[in-house]
Amino acid sequence: MLSYEIWIAGVMLVSLIIYMLTGGADFGGGIWDLFATGRRAKDQRELITHALAPIWEANHVWLIVIVVLLFVAFPVAFAAIGTALHIPLTLMLIGIVLRGTAFVFRTYDDQSETTHLRWSRLFAIASIITPIMLGVTLGAVASGTIHANVETGIVETDFISSWFALFPFAIGFFTLTLCALLAAVYLTLETDNPELQEDFRVRALIAAVGVGIMAGISFLLSAEGAPSIRKGLGNSIWSLPFHLLTGAVALCAIWAIWKRHYSLARVLVPIQVTLVIFGWGLAQYPYIVAPNLTFSNTAASNSVLRPVLLIVVIGVIIVVPAFWYLYAVFKGKVGKSESIKAQDNTDTISN
Amino acid sequence: MENLLAARAQMAMSLAFHIIFASIGIAMPLLMVIAEGMWLKTKDETYLTLAKRWSKGTAIMFAVGAVSGTVLSFELGLLWPTFMAYAGPIIGMPFSLEGLAFFIEAIFLGIYLYGWNRVPKTAHWIAGMMVLLGGMMSGIFVVTANAWMNTPTGFTIENGKAVNIDPVAAMLNPSSFSQALHMTIAAFLSVGFAVAGIHAYFLRRDPQNEFHRKAFAIALSVGAIFALLQPISGDISAKRLAKHQPVKLAAMEGQWETERGAPLRIGGIPDEEDEVTRYAIEIPKALSFLTHFDFNAEIKGLKEFPPENRPPVAIVHYAFQIMVGCGIVMIIAGIIGGWLAWKHKGLPINSWYLRFVTLCTPLGFIAIEAGWTVTEVGRQPWVIYNIMRTADAVTPMPHLIVPFIGFTVLYIFLSIIVVILLRRQIFLHD
Repeated sequence: MLSYEIWIAGVMLVSLIIYMLTGGADFGGGIWDLFATGRRAKDQRELITHALAPIWEANHVWLIVIVVLLFVAFPVAFAAIGTALHIPLTLMLIGIVLRGTAFVFRTYDDQSETTHLRWSRLFAIASIITPIMLGVTLGAVASGTIHANVETGIVETDFISSWFALFPFAIGFFTLTLCALLAAVYLTLETDNPELQEDFRVRALIAAVGVGIMAGISFLLSAEGAPSIRKGLGNSIWSLPFHLLTGAVALCAIWAIWKRHYSLARVLVPIQVTLVIFGWGLAQYPYIVAPNLTFSNTAASNSVLRPVLLIVVIGVIIVVPAFWYLYAVFKGKVGKSESIKAQDNTDTISN
Repeated sequence: MENLLAARAQMAMSLAFHIIFASIGIAMPLLMVIAEGMWLKTKDETYLTLAKRWSKGTAIMFAVGAVSGTVLSFELGLLWPTFMAYAGPIIGMPFSLEGLAFFIEAIFLGIYLYGWNRVPKTAHWIAGMMVLLGGMMSGIFVVTANAWMNTPTGFTIENGKAVNIDPVAAMLNPSSFSQALHMTIAAFLSVGFAVAGIHAYFLRRDPQNEFHRKAFAIALSVGAIFALLQPISGDISAKRLAKHQPVKLAAMEGQWETERGAPLRIGGIPDEEDEVTRYAIEIPKALSFLTHFDFNAEIKGLKEFPPENRPPVAIVHYAFQIMVGCGIVMIIAGIIGGWLAWKHKGLPINSWYLRFVTLCTPLGFIAIEAGWTVTEVGRQPWVIYNIMRTADAVTPMPHLIVPFIGFTVLYIFLSIIVVILLRRQIFLHD
């Protein structure tokens, strides 16, 4: 029987995976907004907007779930991370604020080309900064450089060296490429227009190559940058089959995109991303913030964890059907951009 | 600027900014589901137009509220790691439930805002109800966590550590009910009057405009009903304070001496050097009566507490006066509106009354800001009342002035844009 804190840690890892698969793809949408090019640049932007608009706020809540579970279940780790990684987290927050507001402001500000483009730029740049800083944070946590006091969470730190290093930034850009890949693959299925599909197919292939490169660089840098994770990733019994599986899925995903099997790609790429994050989670165990803080030595008491798990169970029962409904309404068979567009126009006219 | 002061300034600024958008996110869905419900019932298309128009403004406000709320949840750790290491597990229950409520709110808001032509009419209306429910519950849970900081319960202290944590007891601390009630009513009351005020402005120019008449009727009804309820919750809060946080009550009232038959002070200037409140209009024995139902009940004065344990008296006193003053004006506006409606058997659209309601537009939000100043500054110097000092909770991170200025500039920028966009939305159609 697993202890309560491991269950909570598992819920946090699953939440992070879902956040990447949904919210991460929303950031990826912002990346492709910046790199919207060619004759169809405007169409690409519109497709991204319509894909994101109804769902990005709900997707964003997964991040809140992770933060709340962190400070409820592992308060000392939260204090340590908040102290040592104050700067990248603050930059991430500014990115979150600017991404969300620029996206909404763009819809409701005057629709002249210049204004629209200005908000687009801000939205896109914020969509790039945020996942990089999220990755830098996770990379710094994995690097084993945050030396925290187990009792108080007080950290001996200069507030910079634990994250301003090669390995955290490699993870930051790795995260960015994953977001870009997810978004591009999803977007191929958001439109019936074969030219737009082709645009995002090419982008998905570029992103997939980027993911491969960043995965390689991150793995190489982990030897020095995150020794304990490297030990987990490199030497455990599960590590070799796990790497082979992840690699195989990644190659199949590239093949599916290449062959225009978009529905298949939309299954394979999320599996690939899930395996990457899951592998990191396994390698991280038993440390929540290496080298001093483990899941068990920072866990809150069972009297706290038990009700939290109960709330998680209730949450799953309520949230899963609600999410299913949201996605069925906007991503189902009629979920193509054309129908949303038509509806928006009638809205404007009727008002 | 000293680091602690910068951290407090950043937290205060973030809260002051977020609370406006959070309140709008809580209360606007009520106005929208009323309008949409009227449309479903009467088939009058004006109501549908109204619900859609309101939902556009809400979309902007909700996005700003969601992202600024995210900032706050991180700032707890970025600015107050020691507080969170101590309190995180104890107040984890309301925060976990808040996460759940936020999911409901965000998921159904997506359906509400973008699903007008995609889901059946009734399902759309129910989605609106879910947004309302999710928003209200989010607000209540977050306020509950704040209430715990005022009246911490649900744990015991051994060797400076919190043990025997009972998260349910912590959530149901003595302040939870009164604070959550007061804040929830405040949100509906403020937003009701703000929206009524905007439509009153247009009605003065065009009194027969059906769109603005219907909007004004719904918003003013909501504002007036909740305005009349608010004194009841205020009374519950005052009684709770007298029992559990006497020093905060004393600061609110500028009450220095412990006395029986304490007066209620209107206005006045608290002098923290001479420990006296000057120039106040005093209503004899009223404070004792209001807090204890007894004209001669004893009220603890500030002198009862050592100076290092007192909050800044003047700020708390002035903020309290501002909150109550704004509240009273809105209550009067609500009563007059009800009386005019009864007399005319119709909408109260006398020109002077519309002008009055227009002037009420910002009052609710001013009252909310002032009220939170009372709660938060009135709890100082403690972050957890009588347990942890704010100064002991702050992060060792140096140069906190930098993020403070950064977020301030960011939020000023966003405020300006929001005002411009709302003006566009409001004037676009007129």
